[in-house]
Amino acid sequence: MTRPDVVVTGIGATTPLGGDAASTWEAMLAGRSGVSALDQEWAAQLPVRIAAKLKVEPAERIDRIKLRRLDRSEAVALIAAREAWDDAGLAGTGLDGERLAVVLGSGIGGATTLLNQDDILEASGPRKVSPHTVPMLMPNGPAAWVGLEFQAQAGVHSPASACATGAEAIAWGLDIIRSGRADVVVAGGTESVIHPLPIAGFAAMRAMSTRNDEPERASRPFDKGRDGFVLGEGSGVVILERADHAAARKAKVYARLAGAALTSDGYDIVQPDPEGRGIIRAMTAALRDAGVAATDIRHVNAHATSTPVGDMAEIHALRKAVGTQPVITATKSMHGHLLGAAGAVESIATILAVHHNVVPPTINLDDPDDGLDLDVAAHKARQLDIPAAINDAFGFGGHNAVLVFTKP
Amino acid sequence: MTTRDEITSGLSEILEEVAGVNPDDVAEDKSFTDDLDVDSLSMVEVVVAAEEKFSVKIPDDEVQNLKTVGDAVTYIQKASA
Repeated sequence: MTRPDVVVTGIGATTPLGGDAASTWEAMLAGRSGVSALDQEWAAQLPVRIAAKLKVEPAERIDRIKLRRLDRSEAVALIAAREAWDDAGLAGTGLDGERLAVVLGSGIGGATTLLNQDDILEASGPRKVSPHTVPMLMPNGPAAWVGLEFQAQAGVHSPASACATGAEAIAWGLDIIRSGRADVVVAGGTESVIHPLPIAGFAAMRAMSTRNDEPERASRPFDKGRDGFVLGEGSGVVILERADHAAARKAKVYARLAGAALTSDGYDIVQPDPEGRGIIRAMTAALRDAGVAATDIRHVNAHATSTPVGDMAEIHALRKAVGTQPVITATKSMHGHLLGAAGAVESIATILAVHHNVVPPTINLDDPDDGLDLDVAAHKARQLDIPAAINDAFGFGGHNAVLVFTKP
Repeated sequence: MTTRDEITSGLSEILEEVAGVNPDDVAEDKSFTDDLDVDSLSMVEVVVAAEEKFSVKIPDDEVQNLKTVGDAVTYIQKASA
C-alpha cells in the first residue's frame, strides 16, 4: 500500500506578534519584538518581569459568555483553529465529521484557571468555585473545544510533551492521515500561563531571561549575551489534509508535510543532552521518513530558546544531521517561547518560509556565540529558494520532534 | 419583603451576566432550559449568584424543581420570608 501525501491547506495563529497568521508573519519579516514589561502589581516581586503577551485579546474575537467557559489557552486555540478552518476553505463544505480529527495540546494546560479558582476557594469557599473549572483546566480541553467547534468525530487527541507539544501534534496528525483514520486533521498547540506561579517556577530553574530593563532585547538565541527564554503566550493551528482530498476540492496548498519523527533522549528530565544525540536521531529519522536528502534542506526554523546550553546543543545536532547549507532562524527572538504552542507557531513560520521563499530573521543576534558556525539569518529576513525546510521542537522530559516541509 | 417583580428583575440580571440571556426574554412562565437555553452548568452559576443576591439558601435537591423563572421566584420569596 502506498502512503498518501499530506499537505497543509490552512493556517491560523494568535501570537504576541499579531492576532492572526498574516499579521504574525508580517511582524516576523519586519523583525519586530513582541516582548514587553509585565506591569501588573504581582510582577514586582518576581525576578522575571517581562513576557510576550498576546497582541490581540481573546475578548475581541470570542463573545463574553463563551469566554467565561474557556481557559485562556482554550480561547486562543479556538481563535487560531477558526482562522485555519476558514483559511482552508472548509467552512460549509459538508466535510464528514467521521473523517475529521483534532490533535492539539499544550505544555502546561489550564494552570491559570486552577490557580484562580484556588484563590476563590481560599477566599470564599467551595460553593463559589466555578462549575466550569474542570473543563477549563483539563489538559484535553483545548482539543475538545476545537473538536466540538467543527464536529470532529474521528478522534480528538492531546499530546503533552512540554515545549515539543505543538510539533508533536502535527506529527501525530501526519500519522492519522497516513494510516487512513481521517482525511483532515486540525493540528497545533496552545499555551497561556503568564501568571506569577509558572513564572516563579521557571525562574527558580534559572531558565528565564532576567533582562528586565530591555524587554525587546531579552530573547536572543545564539547570542553570547543570552540568559534564558522569555515566556510567551498564543496558539498556532494548521489544517493537514490528504493531498488527493485537497486536490479534489481544489484547495490552495501551502506546503507538503513530507515527514516527521519523534524521539526521546533518555538522558535527563530537564537538561538537554549536550551531544544532542536524541535530536540527531530525530532529524535523521524525519529526513528518511520524508524521503528528502539532508542537502535539500535549505532552511531550519530552530527551537533555540535563548538558553545557554540548549541553543548550542541544537547547532551541534544540526551540523551533524543536516549539514552546513541550511539558513537557520530562531523566531523566538521575536515572539518569545510559546511552550506548547511553540512547535505549531514555528511550523507555520516554516510553512510560510517554504511557500514564499523567505527566511524570517533572528533579531538580537548582535554578538554570535563562538560555537556558532552555521548561517543564521541575523537581523534581516533573507530571500532564498527553499525546496525543503525543517522545524524542530524539544521539551522538558527529553522529547524531540522534527517536521520536514517541502514545496507541494 | 421583596416583590415578585423585584426578584424577577434580579434573576434577569444574573441570567444576562452568566448565560447571556436577553433581559427582554425573561418572564415568569419561561423555562430555564427550554426557553432561555440555560444549561446545567450555567444553572449552577445562576443558583449560586441568586443565593448571594437574595441572601437565601437553595439546596441542590431543590434546584431540579425550579423549572421556570416563576418557580425560582416563588422559592426565593418563601425562603427569604
